[in-house]
Amino acid sequence: MNRRTVLSLAVAMSAALLLPGCTGTGGSSKGADAKAADDPSKVSGTIKVLTVRTDLVQDGTMKKYAAEFNKTYPKVKVEFEALTNYEAEVKIRMNTENYGDVLLIPAVIKKADYPRFFASLGTAAERGKKYRFTDYTTVGGKVYGQSPIGVAPGFVYNKRIWKEAGVTDWPTTPAEFIADLKAIKAKTDAIPYYTNFAAGWTLTSWTYVDGAVHCDPQATTELAEGDPWAKGADLRVGDTLLHDIVKAGLVEKDPTTSNWEESKPRTAKGEIATQWLGTWAIVQFQDAARKAGVNPDDIGFMPFPSQTDGRFCATVAPDYNQAVNVHSKYKEAARAWIDWFTDKSTYGQDNLAVSPLKNAPMPEVLAPYEEQGVKLIEVDDAQGARVKQIDSDSEVGIYAPEYRQNLVDLARGARKGSLDGFLGDLSKRWTDAQKNLGS
Amino acid sequence: MTDITEKAAVEVSTAAPVPAPAPRRTRAWRGVTPWLFLIAPLALLVTFTYAPIVNMLAYSFTDWDGVSPVLHYTGAENYREVFTRPDLFEVFWVSGYYLAASAVQIVLALYFATVLSFDVRFRNFFKGVLFFPYLINGVAIGFVFLYFFQDGGTLDSVLSLFGVHTDHAWLGTPVSANTSLAGVSVWRYLGLNFVLFLGAIQSIPGELYEAAELDGANRWHQFRHIIAPGIKPVLTLTVILSISGSLSVFEIPYIMTGGATGTETFVIQTVNLAFRFNKTGLASAAAVVLLLIILLVTWVQRRLVPDDKVDLV
Repeated sequence: MNRRTVLSLAVAMSAALLLPGCTGTGGSSKGADAKAADDPSKVSGTIKVLTVRTDLVQDGTMKKYAAEFNKTYPKVKVEFEALTNYEAEVKIRMNTENYGDVLLIPAVIKKADYPRFFASLGTAAERGKKYRFTDYTTVGGKVYGQSPIGVAPGFVYNKRIWKEAGVTDWPTTPAEFIADLKAIKAKTDAIPYYTNFAAGWTLTSWTYVDGAVHCDPQATTELAEGDPWAKGADLRVGDTLLHDIVKAGLVEKDPTTSNWEESKPRTAKGEIATQWLGTWAIVQFQDAARKAGVNPDDIGFMPFPSQTDGRFCATVAPDYNQAVNVHSKYKEAARAWIDWFTDKSTYGQDNLAVSPLKNAPMPEVLAPYEEQGVKLIEVDDAQGARVKQIDSDSEVGIYAPEYRQNLVDLARGARKGSLDGFLGDLSKRWTDAQKNLGS
Repeated sequence: MTDITEKAAVEVSTAAPVPAPAPRRTRAWRGVTPWLFLIAPLALLVTFTYAPIVNMLAYSFTDWDGVSPVLHYTGAENYREVFTRPDLFEVFWVSGYYLAASAVQIVLALYFATVLSFDVRFRNFFKGVLFFPYLINGVAIGFVFLYFFQDGGTLDSVLSLFGVHTDHAWLGTPVSANTSLAGVSVWRYLGLNFVLFLGAIQSIPGELYEAAELDGANRWHQFRHIIAPGIKPVLTLTVILSISGSLSVFEIPYIMTGGATGTETFVIQTVNLAFRFNKTGLASAAAVVLLLIILLVTWVQRRLVPDDKVDLV
């Protein structure tokens, strides 16, 4: 390094010390409301809607929704912007005022900051009468977002293969589940369970066993206050099951090169028997079946193998919540889009999702759930913000793939250690972060 | 502005027949000219390199989460955390694989550059083949090689052509995965090193070889006594680039494994801190530390191998 580099670095350093004052100026206006319009024909403006559904924007489905929307709101022009890497891109854009008119609330935004970024959709008391999931976005009694669909986690499985293996009833305990997978391995050519290790995010679905194992609507509070990996706790039960499946060799031969897109037709064709995903996946798998020329009805859905009082449980949670940008010029139009998309559009039915409207019927895919008496519960999210804070502070990442990838590596012997040691380390980091955060 | 240029032009043209010293005004103008040309690149450099670095330094003294409008000045707290957490530095072991790979890469590039600088059949074709991978986008390379290493993928099929039937999960264990990824990086950057070496070798005057041949030097002697000393500055530069590159490996492992199975590098870890756990302040501090480490390593190397003039004759 010559003298000139030293000099320029010194200049950079001293400039850095002067700078912290000028960062972070976004979102100073606080507490705006996006009111519903009285007369749809008078609402006007051009709104930009940010979405993660690149596929629906590309194939024109979103345009069809917009055209339908225009029948009620003729003066509103809707534009879509689909982002592939939504979380990261929107996060950076939210440092400015320009992040669309309607957007999906990124996970990174702290709940307490919602009023700085989004316009309120109404009070919790009023919206709670009509809609599900309101507490996920409620800050100070006001609701800031609304998810157009609700999803329930579960195993997407190939009915034909499970039948061929001689299993007709859903397994009721993790041990029984593993025994069934073993039967599939012995009697069929299918891969009993596919981890989708390489995609990463697919493994994070395992966090949504939380609540389903013990049928506990207070599961999120439990995460905020208790130890998620204590003996018998939900996440420990789920993680142990995943570990045991991998350890018993009931997964694909080389998880590190697994392929998500490919796993859809392969499951439809019966080369893969089971995957832990969510109701949202069913449509995609059925589509893959149609494209591959096999029967889409082979795609089945089953709850986590655990029963409380003789009944299965499944949690229903919102997908991304839609919100109105607090800086939007056309808040009324933006609000109109959210209301219409939630109440009137066919988006929910098209995705075979649980409707956010309390009085709407259950989707058809969940008919077997109703037959078997599976209890659907809505987990109370009052402590959701705290759980996210603990998760970030502890760097465990229950909504990130790393720790489960490590778990799978551990189970298949690519990483040293024992399951107890691994989960023990997680609970130590988690509970330490809880203590540091105080109560 | 324009009127000065016109005047200057007139003055220069009248002064042309007799080479007299240019008037003061013209001289001053000449001093400014290079800077005018530099405005565009300097503006780009400042906007896209120095300003972000200054910003990053600023963030490294705060507890910013990357999006919240509220941030607090925390002094050197982030740096204290970086240096008191040995787990943050453990990932540097992974750089060892890439260091070893860059040694292989330099030797190979040197070999090919030497061979192809002599008269070889299909010389330009081979040059193209070697340089081509460097032109491909890193993301594309990541995806291509995911298929390559897949169970029953390209690598396995090629091996089975030669009668080798491995049942090896190439990205399955930390050692194998890191070796494979380092191999990909050799494949990708070999071309760049190769071109640098080739350029340096071709700048050596041809008479030297002829003279050496007359004196009875074989190819190895020519390499040992003419090529190697002749390209020493480029060789040193390549080593420095390879070492700093090995410490800051990012895109190939990030795209191919996402850091799973023990392939996490320091930069991947920093990205995770910033974007997964929303610790932008801490991540900035880690990035600053990496920058300082690289500057230090470069400085040490320059000390060990001083940049002396090449003197072949």
